Amino acid sequence: MTETLYSELPTQRTTAFDPPAELGLLRERAPISRMRFPDGHLGWLVTSYELAREVHADRRFSSRAELQHSPRTVGGKPVTQRPPAKPGMFIAMDAPDHTRYRKLLTGQFTVRRMNQLMPRIEQIVAEHLAGLRASGSPADLVAGFALPVPSMVICELLGVPYDERESFQRDTAKLLSLDSTMEEVMAAFERLEEFVLQLTRRKHVEPGDDMLSGLVATGELTDSEVANMGLLLLVAGHETTANMLGLGTLLLLQRPDQLAALRADPSLMDNAVEEMMRYLSIIQFGTLRTALEDVEVGGVVVKAGESVSISVSAANRDPARFERPDEFDVRRPASGHLGFGHGVHQCLGQQLARIEMRVGFSALFREFPDLRLAVPAEDVKLRTDMAIYGVHELPVEFS
Amino acid sequence: MKVEVDPDRCVGSGMCALTDPAVFDQDEVDGTVVLLEPSPTGGHEKAAREAAHLCPAGAIRVVE
Repeated sequence: MTETLYSELPTQRTTAFDPPAELGLLRERAPISRMRFPDGHLGWLVTSYELAREVHADRRFSSRAELQHSPRTVGGKPVTQRPPAKPGMFIAMDAPDHTRYRKLLTGQFTVRRMNQLMPRIEQIVAEHLAGLRASGSPADLVAGFALPVPSMVICELLGVPYDERESFQRDTAKLLSLDSTMEEVMAAFERLEEFVLQLTRRKHVEPGDDMLSGLVATGELTDSEVANMGLLLLVAGHETTANMLGLGTLLLLQRPDQLAALRADPSLMDNAVEEMMRYLSIIQFGTLRTALEDVEVGGVVVKAGESVSISVSAANRDPARFERPDEFDVRRPASGHLGFGHGVHQCLGQQLARIEMRVGFSALFREFPDLRLAVPAEDVKLRTDMAIYGVHELPVEFS
Repeated sequence: MKVEVDPDRCVGSGMCALTDPAVFDQDEVDGTVVLLEPSPTGGHEKAAREAAHLCPAGAIRVVE
């Protein structure tokens, strides 16, 4: 087998909505290929749907922070060995620790619970759309709608005061920016940690009907465990959906036939959201796992200790799984996409995200039937410089 | 068709309850899978197969 070495994960996009073209070429040659990580580690890159699913589902692949070699750089430099996850930061743990923390939260994110939240989400969406209209045309859809809606929802769920959003939004952006130096990332992380820890301590004396208070009340967790769980949900809960709302709106405005189909038949919305998750795959650098033992994957042996970078965006464009994968089609069967990941770490908040997107897009295009870009599409600032892809701003016009 | 679930493997993603709420539900407390209909018929058979395929944790098994 001819092995192709990449010094870094391909990240250079040539269009607004498509992943880097090299990923597709690579998948055609080999669904799993060797990749040189920025820190020098010789690991692997998975680009096919089938193997992406397989590695995510295989518990011999670990998510532990201290075993990982990052496929991306921070401030242009390789990420050196990370310490083990702090207590509560369960995204970077394996069973049984991961299971213990996650199970304390899964009851809060069920399909039923999220459906019960729908009226409140509709209200938050309506308020922001009214604000957008009041601010007048043109307006930035990201600042007026896409970012504040999921931020407010996750704040209310967690019990984070929404009026303190400026600092956590700014620090989250620092964490996700590829241009931040390691020192800036660490400092932003520490400020976020301290912010949620102080909030957690307050929940002992002033509990509310919110998740942080609920976790404190279990009596099973230290304050720093609760704070790290809360921090994870806060960061994961607003930037992700915000960018789907922003980039998804740009996509629908650029595909008038698809938008017209959605307007003609609003029952297509649920599937359209799945298709946007598949097509846009905003987690630019995918997911990462490290083999705990030698594991055979797609005919090669991934040795214990080797990291596997899984390109979710390449997997979601795999023609072996999705017909005409590079076409955005709100009518195609899109379920089974890996936009929320797969395996035991699959997105905890995915049912919340689905409802935020369904409600958000439906209301936006209903309330603003003539919504259009206020600048040429090529002038929209794309988030190629952020770990979560999307648009920095989306200037829109309406009457 | 017979459906089997394993709440110990379940990670509470809710994919099954989303796919067919007539066959699958989620526990109120920890969100893990609750099987409502162990022998689905008609259109629910296809949905149960889909749910087994979508389950991220391999907690649903369909025995034909």
